[in-house]
Amino acid sequence: MAVTVLIPTPLRPFVGGRDAVQVEARSVAELLDRLSGEHTALRKHLFADDGRLRSFVNVYVNDRDIRQLSAQETPVRAGDTVSIIPSIAGGTTVQVGAQPAAPLPKLSHEEILRYSRHLILPDVGVEGQRKLKAARVLLVGAGGLGSPAALYLAAAGVGTLGLVDFDVVDKTNLQRQIIHGTSTVGKPKLESATERIHDLNPNVRVETFETRLTSENALDIIRDFDIVADGTDNFPTRYLVNDACVLLGKPNVYGSIFRFEGQASVFYAKEGPCYRCLYAEPPPPGLVPSCAEGGVLGVLPGIIGSIQAMETIKLIVGAGEPLIGRLLLFDALKLEFRQLKLAKDPDCPVCGPRPSVTELIDYEAFCGIGAEPSYEDAEITAAELKAEWDRNPDLLVIDVREPHEYEIAHIDGSVLIPLGELPDRLSELDGHREVVTHCHHGARSLKALEILKAAGFSKVRSLRGGIDAWAVNVDPSLPRY
Amino acid sequence: MTLVLERRQANAIRQHGEADYPAEACGLIGGTVEDGRKVAVLLVPLVNQRTDAARNRYLIDPESFRRAQEKLDRDGLEVIGVYHSHPDHPAAPSAFDREHAWPWLSYVIVGVARGRAGEMKSWTLSDDRAAFDEESITLEEQKAVWQ
Repeated sequence: MAVTVLIPTPLRPFVGGRDAVQVEARSVAELLDRLSGEHTALRKHLFADDGRLRSFVNVYVNDRDIRQLSAQETPVRAGDTVSIIPSIAGGTTVQVGAQPAAPLPKLSHEEILRYSRHLILPDVGVEGQRKLKAARVLLVGAGGLGSPAALYLAAAGVGTLGLVDFDVVDKTNLQRQIIHGTSTVGKPKLESATERIHDLNPNVRVETFETRLTSENALDIIRDFDIVADGTDNFPTRYLVNDACVLLGKPNVYGSIFRFEGQASVFYAKEGPCYRCLYAEPPPPGLVPSCAEGGVLGVLPGIIGSIQAMETIKLIVGAGEPLIGRLLLFDALKLEFRQLKLAKDPDCPVCGPRPSVTELIDYEAFCGIGAEPSYEDAEITAAELKAEWDRNPDLLVIDVREPHEYEIAHIDGSVLIPLGELPDRLSELDGHREVVTHCHHGARSLKALEILKAAGFSKVRSLRGGIDAWAVNVDPSLPRY
Repeated sequence: MTLVLERRQANAIRQHGEADYPAEACGLIGGTVEDGRKVAVLLVPLVNQRTDAARNRYLIDPESFRRAQEKLDRDGLEVIGVYHSHPDHPAAPSAFDREHAWPWLSYVIVGVARGRAGEMKSWTLSDDRAAFDEESITLEEQKAVWQ
């Protein structure tokens, strides 16, 4: 009769999946030797290179640790039960700043050729290129900033790119969102971007998230990535990305643009300030116009998005000095780069030592969105305006856009008073007439409506959807912009 | 192989990592192998035996392992993995982890940065002990209570 050896789960694959095997032996040493002689793959897991039993392999004979008996000389007899019991140890490396032990992926011959200009750069080299291949970068937004960032990161060989977007490619995007093309107008941006990335570099794995980033999904999405590049165009999402990155300990490569100016920084709370250290509170809603309202020079996101890609690559390969603790300001008209030093705010509500924000919050509410008054009755549709205007030619239609917008397209019979001039030009208006304000998409005209109501005009409404809705529903001869 | 965790189990591992911060937290994962996937059923949180260097080491001694294994045996489960936290370090195995690793087991590591649990990854030792390979974690919503 033989000795029964109980095999723990991690070793079962090496003994044909069995949880127990029978071995003929007179001592533990002989037993282990026979066992690993019969199942050779076991040997290196039981014994170190010098032939000694590994420190984390424990052997019990009939429920007693052989260390309390005669160690490996402990005799065994037929009918005994010998158990191999793991002890499990591990921990972080004690060397500060050492690379994780996870092996970096190898480069194929095709990749070596493709990345040859990186490989001969001393600061990148083969190791840096393998780090890029192992890296997982999440791009929030596949728009103006996300386009160049995604293209350059894909071209550089970042192994996995995550994309979050829920929009569809629109013709007005193409002036700056160069990852998309005329042939993909009308397609989801994620589909369009994925096609282009795979054409550029089929080695890149693209993971898409066709959703709005929300407090509910942000941690789950961001958690699996190493670095986040924020290309969002609105404040709630920007604060959301920042807070989620701080909570998860991820670097957030930030960029933003407006008209002819851009900003970039790397917010990495472990080593420097976060977005909230810079801007503790969002601006009041409506104060900062979006690109759709304010316009943007098409090349500008190309510059800022490329800087985001550059900083992301530097973080991955560990080259140079990252833009942590510095805010880069770019002025395209002066062609000027400036830098501001950013300090960590000791009272920062999310990355400070006594944070008050320890989980994701309602960012729409934080940014004051949803708190605005309802304009249900104050708006009029394009078709309604057309009908009313036909019946009542005395209706006053005020265009509150800028003169250069008026030049692109305007509604015949409207009066141009740019929003900024409106408070000073109220005296030109007859308070008894019915007034309809309009702008490009219907946001500025609501502000004009507020101004007029506050000045005592009672019969004021705003054209919902602006001149764009008018061009679609009433006068298709007008160009849309 | 893929490791299947219920979302609440993943959260429990994170919470354990946060609760024991700045020390390393550790525990065993009991479960079954189904269709070539390791499916976690029960977590066995354990006390880190390394009181001398708990900030960067953990140890599950053989007695704890045996007791946990016996408990799991009774439920028809086996030890399919180990989890531990890396305080202020990424969720990647260290050289020390690899030297002390058992084959086949899933090593789930959660990074805990400044007291907050971050990313979680699972690793298995390659058969030649030369490397840890990342394995995918599939998060599932809560299944029927397993009894």
